[in-house]
Amino acid sequence: MFASALGKIHQQVMWNRLIAVVEEQAQAILRTAFGSVVREAGDLSAGVYDLEGHMLAQAVTGTPGHVNTMARAVNHFLERFPIETMKPGDVFVTNDPWMGTGHLFDFVVVSPAYHQDKPVALFASTCHVIDVGGRGFTAEATSVFEEGVRVPHMKLRDQGILNEQLLGLLGANSRNPVEVKGDILSLVSSNDTGEMRLREMMEEFNLSSIESLANFIIDNSREAMIKAVKEIPNGVYPTDMELDGFEHPIIIKAEMTVSDDEVIVDYAGTSTASIYGINSPFCYTEAYTCFGLKCIVAPAVPNNHGSLEVFRIKAEEGSAVHPKDPSPVTARHVIGQMLPDIAFGCLAKAMKNRVPAESAGSIWVLPMANIGGGKTEVSNSSEFNVMNVAMGGIGARPGKDGLSVTAFPSGVGAIPIEVTETDSPLVFWRKEFAPDSGGPGTFRGGLGQVIEVGNTEDAPFTVSAATWDRIVNPPRGRGGGASGKPGKAYLVSGGDFSDKSVHTVPQGERFIVELPGGGGLGHPYQRESTLIQRDIEAGYLSPEGAKKDYGYDP
Amino acid sequence: MGVKDTNRLAADIGGTFTDIVLDTAQGRFTAKVLTTVQAPENGVIDGVEVVLREAKLTAGQIDIFIHGTTLAANALIERKGAKTAFLTTEGFRDIIEMGFEQRFEHYDVFMDKPIPLVQRELRLPVKERISGSGKVLVALEEDQVRQSARQLKSQNIGAIAVGLMHAYAFPDHERRVRAILLEELPNVSVCISSDVCPEMREYERFSTTCANAYIRPLMSRYLYRLQTMLTDRKMDCPLFLMMSGGGLTTLENATKFPIRLVESGPAGGAILASQVALECGLESVLSFDMGGTTAKICLIENGKPERSRSFEVARMYRDLKGSGLPVRIPVIEMVEIGAGGGSIARVDDMGRITVGPDSAGSEPGPACYGLGGDNATVTDANLELGKLDSEHFAGGKLSLDRNKSKAVLARNVGEKLDLQDHWPAAGIAEIVEENMTNAARVHAIERGKVMGRHTMIAFGGGAPLHAGRLAQKLGLGKVVVPKGAGVGSAIGFLRTPISFEVVRSLNIDFRQFDSDRINKLLDEMSAEARVVVNDGVLTGQKLFETRFVELRYVGQGHELRISLPDGLLSKEDTVKLRAAYEKMYQDIYGLKIDDMDIQSVSWSVTVSTKEAQPNRADGSIDGTAPDPIGHRQVYDTGLGEFVDCPVYWRMDLEPGNEISGPAIITEDETSTIVPAEFSACINALKYIVMNNHAAEDSL
Repeated sequence: MFASALGKIHQQVMWNRLIAVVEEQAQAILRTAFGSVVREAGDLSAGVYDLEGHMLAQAVTGTPGHVNTMARAVNHFLERFPIETMKPGDVFVTNDPWMGTGHLFDFVVVSPAYHQDKPVALFASTCHVIDVGGRGFTAEATSVFEEGVRVPHMKLRDQGILNEQLLGLLGANSRNPVEVKGDILSLVSSNDTGEMRLREMMEEFNLSSIESLANFIIDNSREAMIKAVKEIPNGVYPTDMELDGFEHPIIIKAEMTVSDDEVIVDYAGTSTASIYGINSPFCYTEAYTCFGLKCIVAPAVPNNHGSLEVFRIKAEEGSAVHPKDPSPVTARHVIGQMLPDIAFGCLAKAMKNRVPAESAGSIWVLPMANIGGGKTEVSNSSEFNVMNVAMGGIGARPGKDGLSVTAFPSGVGAIPIEVTETDSPLVFWRKEFAPDSGGPGTFRGGLGQVIEVGNTEDAPFTVSAATWDRIVNPPRGRGGGASGKPGKAYLVSGGDFSDKSVHTVPQGERFIVELPGGGGLGHPYQRESTLIQRDIEAGYLSPEGAKKDYGYDP
Repeated sequence: MGVKDTNRLAADIGGTFTDIVLDTAQGRFTAKVLTTVQAPENGVIDGVEVVLREAKLTAGQIDIFIHGTTLAANALIERKGAKTAFLTTEGFRDIIEMGFEQRFEHYDVFMDKPIPLVQRELRLPVKERISGSGKVLVALEEDQVRQSARQLKSQNIGAIAVGLMHAYAFPDHERRVRAILLEELPNVSVCISSDVCPEMREYERFSTTCANAYIRPLMSRYLYRLQTMLTDRKMDCPLFLMMSGGGLTTLENATKFPIRLVESGPAGGAILASQVALECGLESVLSFDMGGTTAKICLIENGKPERSRSFEVARMYRDLKGSGLPVRIPVIEMVEIGAGGGSIARVDDMGRITVGPDSAGSEPGPACYGLGGDNATVTDANLELGKLDSEHFAGGKLSLDRNKSKAVLARNVGEKLDLQDHWPAAGIAEIVEENMTNAARVHAIERGKVMGRHTMIAFGGGAPLHAGRLAQKLGLGKVVVPKGAGVGSAIGFLRTPISFEVVRSLNIDFRQFDSDRINKLLDEMSAEARVVVNDGVLTGQKLFETRFVELRYVGQGHELRISLPDGLLSKEDTVKLRAAYEKMYQDIYGLKIDDMDIQSVSWSVTVSTKEAQPNRADGSIDGTAPDPIGHRQVYDTGLGEFVDCPVYWRMDLEPGNEISGPAIITEDETSTIVPAEFSACINALKYIVMNNHAAEDSL
């Protein structure tokens, strides 16, 4: 049928439909999820796969961390539960960081889809649940066993019958048992919706299998990706980057090898894994590296098996970008979200005028609680446990300044201050751009911000610095552009927060975080004076900064 | 609303055309004139004079005039509002520039965020601070406000917005700031966030307040100019404005909250569809309004469109969510996608046909207009597929050049995909129809609706061409094409009640439900809304109140809107409200969570006059049909082949007629395609009612 002109058109229509189906799944999860990470940050995903586990379409959601972790995850299920052993009404689950999407918080739920009594496809979905026990959202655990409950690949629903025992076990291990159950059930129902829509489509177009549609999608996407890769000159392009790390700095080394039809990024030489939970499991490393490559090489090509197989990522087991089980991994994004900048670093050597400077990268999570974290130990303090997030600046782009106070690569959004202040006795005294923080350049890096927080009650509180990096190592500029201003975290009375642990803000005190600015692009002396003047008038740049960094003195 | 309201006039200013409708005892008179961008009131007056002449009435005989306009939206899109300053709590002046702090297009490193309406130099700090629980942490420093006002005096400021932290619940400081500003700058318009948008979440509240301030001087000037022109012509009937939420308001109130006018046109369309639903006795309706640039899809249950409070104006980036300015105002909930007659078709790197969201507009327009357009558009595809008559497009005012369409279709689509003849056009039609179908399906799912039971109501120039196919794809059994589809929004204005909605944020967990506090709040809100509505209503006219609460499970971020019972609320009502919430939650998401408490997020009260209750239209058929005016080969997307279609002239059709598909029914502004497997009946109101026999069989 697909040889005909009408068949060609129908293939296109069905490709669009599959993308719409997974977007619909993702929307449903977004609206039912508990916890601000999913809802404000879109930390979720959904995808559809053929019977070999090849991903055909994936929803574009808030975080690139699911880009191909989801594609891999389904294969891990099929290895343990071959498709011919699955039955209608079955649903499978895991939160294994190495075979799921990188930390215990993400549950991956997979369901086979049936049409005319035969398996035709698989649906998978994932979201970040609010709590899985253990030490909670901190980097301080020294093994995954301290980070919460782990669910190996297993059945969550057996021919329509829900595994209540498993849900009970998860509830018993979580500080928020009801929410966790709600989140997992919403993943199950989103897969069911996917199956229903797929069946409707197969009926509409009179299909008994989606095999030839799958080949059409995969082949076309692979071809488009290879065409884009051909624009990059063949060669080997190395780069490296230093991060603050936890107990020691993390050096990330990478070498990108470009051939006619493949891009390989090899992380050989990268630091060994941290003993704390900032390590990026290999699946997560792959996801963020591919995301970085795709942003520059072929942003419009959809994510699926065909487009993603053109990129190959390698890393040494035991390194910070390929930690071994049971290394701790909760705050994996501290390293993982810096990896698009690694991809950019390699690509900048291969392609002129296509690549931005470095960004603040990993978002700063501000988890704040009363002393005791839930149960109060201080008589005059309310109990609270709230989370806000803070973004720094994005690196300058070719031809454009970087975006100020905007997440990259994550798609996480801000949490309103009024919401945090209603859920806790805290008060934010300031949330403003940090002048002079954007890396000087012909094109300026995006500005970071300054946030100042205190307590309206006469009591101390805690804040976890697990995810605060680029305090020692700022986002670097490119092509003569200078670095953005590094981050900083301290008490107003003085005294820097020294590491990524949980810090106490004493009674009557306030703390300040300054988020890093993005790197600049091109020499600052080449910047147009009208733009410098405009920056001074708006207060993005001080007159002193203009003189010092740009040699500008009207 | 006037002692008598026999002669009712409506004017809808759109981007290209201004539509005028006059309903009189003698019948309906309509006019379509070009929008006069520089002084839109001139176009209105021209159009009004046309219909008055045709109806043989004088301006003084008009009983009521209802007006809607895209002027507010255009001012925001084109950034033509007043030079505006923003006074905000010290430490927060960058909130409106930081926005949501996220990228709405993840893979495009070159994307830019929406530019705030107030530049940083004009965002001035106010020393004050109120905590989340209402404690004054820092007293308002009035001298500083006075100094800021004096500083602004020299800067030729047209408007000032004021937004302070937690003012949605604790407005004292904002009110005091406004008083000081008005003392110092008596001629400047001042808007405070606790008036414009008293809801939690600082970015959206500040953004809404700034947008309101920004367009207020321009809108006030325009509305008073229009009023003067009308008075000069002795038209001294009441003037009402159409709001985005589907209610009418007085001129005075419109000039206070012009941001509420921003989507008046589409709201009028939704009201029309609601009324058609009542006339035809349809419970569940999908309203489908397709014009030159976009398609709008809205769900209507029991004659009421879905409403919402979150909207985005002036999207800058391919219509993407997040690329515009958020405003929290009452709006009719609809999805709008870049799929219209002018939408441009291309082939992407994956060899896929894409359609829109960019449009060829009216200049140069689709290639077939022969005005220099060289993009392949949906209209070019429709022409090639025989759906449009090249000689009688737009009432014969424009003749379409089929060769030009063929050339661009082959060059921009056919050659790239190795598709010959009509196939590129068939591909474009299928893709644009699939896009609209997907948008409708996702929208329905988000609202927890099952599509198959809905009837489609199609209007706007493009919708009747595609409605049949959409119904097939969605499995809908029935499509209604009302009369006067081309001026649908203006007709909708004439059927809209006067109303005003007031909303307040108030988080209360149901386990701590405080009915006294809530009853007091609802009373205040009701009083506030009644003041506004009473302004435009004759004494003795009865007012109706509808009240809603937005509820969610504690810890979730999305709310569902639940209707409140009349009268005082008691603790016992929480049980009923919880049950209603859980039912809706289960309908939408397929589960409920028993042990979880629910909480209120916001409360709203709408006071309105009675809505028009139209009579049910007789839909009986006698099976007769007039003679067709011709025959044409038309491509049927469902069958995938050309079929021979009789062509009927809509004005020839009489109630009771029945036509079997495939057929075309043409009129001046559009054509209705009746696919094979459909039949079209004409009801007593001369609406076309198409029945999908394939869907009936499967029921």
